[in-house]
Amino acid sequence: MDDLAQFRQTFFTECEELLGDLEGHLMTLQAGEGDINTLNAVFRAIHSVKGGAGAFGFDRLVNFAHIFETVLDLMRDGRLEPTPDSVLLVLRCADILSDLVRAAQNDTELPPDHEDEGRKALIALAASIGVNADPNAADDELAALDAQLAAGGPDAVIAAAASAEPEPAPAAAAAPAKAPLLKYLVKFTPRDALYQRANEPLILIRELRELGGFLARADASTIPPFDQMQAEGAYIKWEFEIETDKGEQAIRDVFEFVLDDCELEVTCLNPPAEAAAPASEAPAKAEAAEPSPAPTAAAVTATPKPQAAAAGTAPKAEAAKPAGTKPAGAKAEGAAPEGGKAVRSIRVDLDRVDKLVNMVGELVITHAMIAQQTEHLHADQHPELANGLAELSHHIRDLQESVMAMRAQPVKSVFARLPRLVRELAVATNKKIRLDMSGENTEIDKTVIEQLGDPLTHMIRNSCDHGIETPEERIAAGKPAEGVIHVSADQRGGRIVIEISDDGRGINRDKVMKKALEKKLIPPDAVLSNEEIDNLIFLPGFSTADTVSNISGRGVGMDVVRQNIQSLGGRVHIQSRPGQGSSFILTLPLTLAVLDGMVLKVGDQSYILPLANIVESLRPEPDQINMVANSSEVLRIRGEYVPLVYLHRIFKVQNGIDDPTKALVIIVELEDGSKMGLVVDEIIGQQQVVIKSLEENFDPIRGVGAATILGNGRVSLILDVAGIKHIAENETQRPGNQNRQLAAPALQASA
Amino acid sequence: MTAAEQSSEQQARSSRTVQLVSFTVGNEEYGVDIMAVREIRAWSETTPLPNTPEVVRGVINMRGAIVPIFDLRARFGMPRTEPDKYNVVIIVSVASRIVGILVDAVSDIITINEDEIRAMPSMEQVNGVGFMEGLITVGERMVGLIGLERMFSGRMLEAADSSTRPMLSSPSEQASAA
Repeated sequence: MDDLAQFRQTFFTECEELLGDLEGHLMTLQAGEGDINTLNAVFRAIHSVKGGAGAFGFDRLVNFAHIFETVLDLMRDGRLEPTPDSVLLVLRCADILSDLVRAAQNDTELPPDHEDEGRKALIALAASIGVNADPNAADDELAALDAQLAAGGPDAVIAAAASAEPEPAPAAAAAPAKAPLLKYLVKFTPRDALYQRANEPLILIRELRELGGFLARADASTIPPFDQMQAEGAYIKWEFEIETDKGEQAIRDVFEFVLDDCELEVTCLNPPAEAAAPASEAPAKAEAAEPSPAPTAAAVTATPKPQAAAAGTAPKAEAAKPAGTKPAGAKAEGAAPEGGKAVRSIRVDLDRVDKLVNMVGELVITHAMIAQQTEHLHADQHPELANGLAELSHHIRDLQESVMAMRAQPVKSVFARLPRLVRELAVATNKKIRLDMSGENTEIDKTVIEQLGDPLTHMIRNSCDHGIETPEERIAAGKPAEGVIHVSADQRGGRIVIEISDDGRGINRDKVMKKALEKKLIPPDAVLSNEEIDNLIFLPGFSTADTVSNISGRGVGMDVVRQNIQSLGGRVHIQSRPGQGSSFILTLPLTLAVLDGMVLKVGDQSYILPLANIVESLRPEPDQINMVANSSEVLRIRGEYVPLVYLHRIFKVQNGIDDPTKALVIIVELEDGSKMGLVVDEIIGQQQVVIKSLEENFDPIRGVGAATILGNGRVSLILDVAGIKHIAENETQRPGNQNRQLAAPALQASA
Repeated sequence: MTAAEQSSEQQARSSRTVQLVSFTVGNEEYGVDIMAVREIRAWSETTPLPNTPEVVRGVINMRGAIVPIFDLRARFGMPRTEPDKYNVVIIVSVASRIVGILVDAVSDIITINEDEIRAMPSMEQVNGVGFMEGLITVGERMVGLIGLERMFSGRMLEAADSSTRPMLSSPSEQASAA
């Protein structure tokens, strides 16, 4: 991957994060809880996307982002009131923006009019208060400026004043808490690296010009004679005089992406008189006559804010700081808006984290090994050893938790896609649907998060399409016209529970039963509980929609959801109350790297059975065991018949106990809800094990999900109950041919 | 490039030399390319894999990696090795996987010219011969050169009954199976 491609990649990763955050902020706005900080955050997200897009030459994206940004700027200035309509427009435009980002990422072209509607609405909105948001109108001037620059020659010092003052004075006067117009001198000296990173000063200059009255001087005096010129060298310096009410930070923001590659000096030419810091704001700091440049939150709030003092209203986050308190360069960054909350995170390649996770896994195993080796030593004879081991165990547990936390991410990143989905589905189905979300900050392992998107989408679609009724139906049923889908995430025990509930019509059990019988998914004489009927919708090939819609109802949805969730080691089921709605309840493991398992002994082998599969274990009485058709045994337990499967027979292990009344039966539940009684010799105990792939160096083996390493350093196999059931079924069907059958690789299973 | 590498390069042009690790299975001697060998370790008890062919002895923990061990004697159609502490497992990397081969003992490191490798005589493809790459004469001894790629480039489990089939699946096959 060359450098540019790598930067591009980084840009899109950032875009994804920014758009994810954006969606969160927009939700707050939509709920009417947004304040100036929310608007600022939205603005910054769009601004960052635009900045990056400019650097990579995604003109269409830049163009749209620019108009969008202009409108948002008007909103955060308070010149545009965030009405429900305008917030809706912002939401729609955010969707368009993410389409554009995606198109740029995938190198696809959207239809040329894709953003037109949003763009026109934005321009119209801006025009309603007399602001021209269309950059194309301004482009002509800039082209003239370019031409002037080009004609000037290397030694010329060019001055060009922006002809139009973009902000009409009356509006500015009307705006509350308006900062005074200050004049800044900006000295901008790009280094070579700036160009090497594909930055274009013209874009920066254009953006700078948006801030207000503008004068640019290019200093070309350092350009060497032609024969000494380096093709990629940076020779031109610029000086800009800007008259703006946006403050110094806004100027610095323009250079945000190139700060490391240039020298930037921003000085205020006419600093306002030093205003005393409002005592109410930061009393502790107020006595410090000379505000220190330390970029702490306290220092920032204490920094005198002239406009706040003048107007006596809430200070804006992007305060114009007087030059006297100006911390230089990087420090100014640290003292950025939002009270100096510097971003305290770094980007780390996932492979490195994975490696760390693996190493910790090894450490856990090695520790278990040492502990086992030293078990026979008396603690009082080797107190240091015993203490050391105990301490080590403690540290390792801490380490393991911290490392797992590194892989953990808030579910927010998947939830962020849902609002748009619901908006679009509501339009497509002519329904009114509101999406509520809670617990977005619940953290799960990154690999789980990555694979959660599709199943969640499917379930939301299902809820929108089948669950929520049309507004007429809802009103007729005495419900509000607007349906609500609530998505929540929560950590319970060692698992994450995600619930998607709607207040729709619930599952029509008669219809589900009829359909299941029609499609022969259940035997004709089956007697099912309400809950069992509800969960029939997860069976492959089930669909209740009378007409196949393009949203859901092709009958591939829910069984795929179940498969996806199962492959993550999770479970899903549905609860439904007719007329009141249904909930999908999804439980997921916190991580895919470790598993809670029960260590079993069969003959001379030990295996791990995932705890999630175990319902109960018992030693049956002889009269609980019945023969069916003289070949397979079933265990009667509380009126239910559970087939018995002997693990030692399935796995051909020597010396397994053959008599279930002397052995142990573990009732396991399969993901399809069926049960099976696994006959094993004994249970050794419960243990958390590190999951190791068997397929890395070998082929998949039916009945074995993965492997792990126990305290004694030996490999132990983690059982896959679905695979075991499959072997058991084939064995009874073809008793003579079992070896050949079983030795065949699991190709059929994956097919 | 170091001087040594350069000189070996020049040598290679006239006749490339190959180094083999040779080992015994019963009375016979075999060799594998030394570049594929990751380590040689004493036999340790394996965890058997259920319902796999005789040739698969099970898996071991090699510094946290799960490594399958294959019994070369069983691979040649003979009864399984009854391993004791003198038996040796040669860990090799082949087709991006790490596998172990259970043999009786490691005997030598042989350096030969490539042109000294004799092609396999065109006899019937009896058990075990399908993955042999050639024969080498060292003094009075005959050493069979094992082609690891051939031995392990199909699905491992199918290797049991048909010697012509490779033992590991190729990466592309894996991808399509997944």
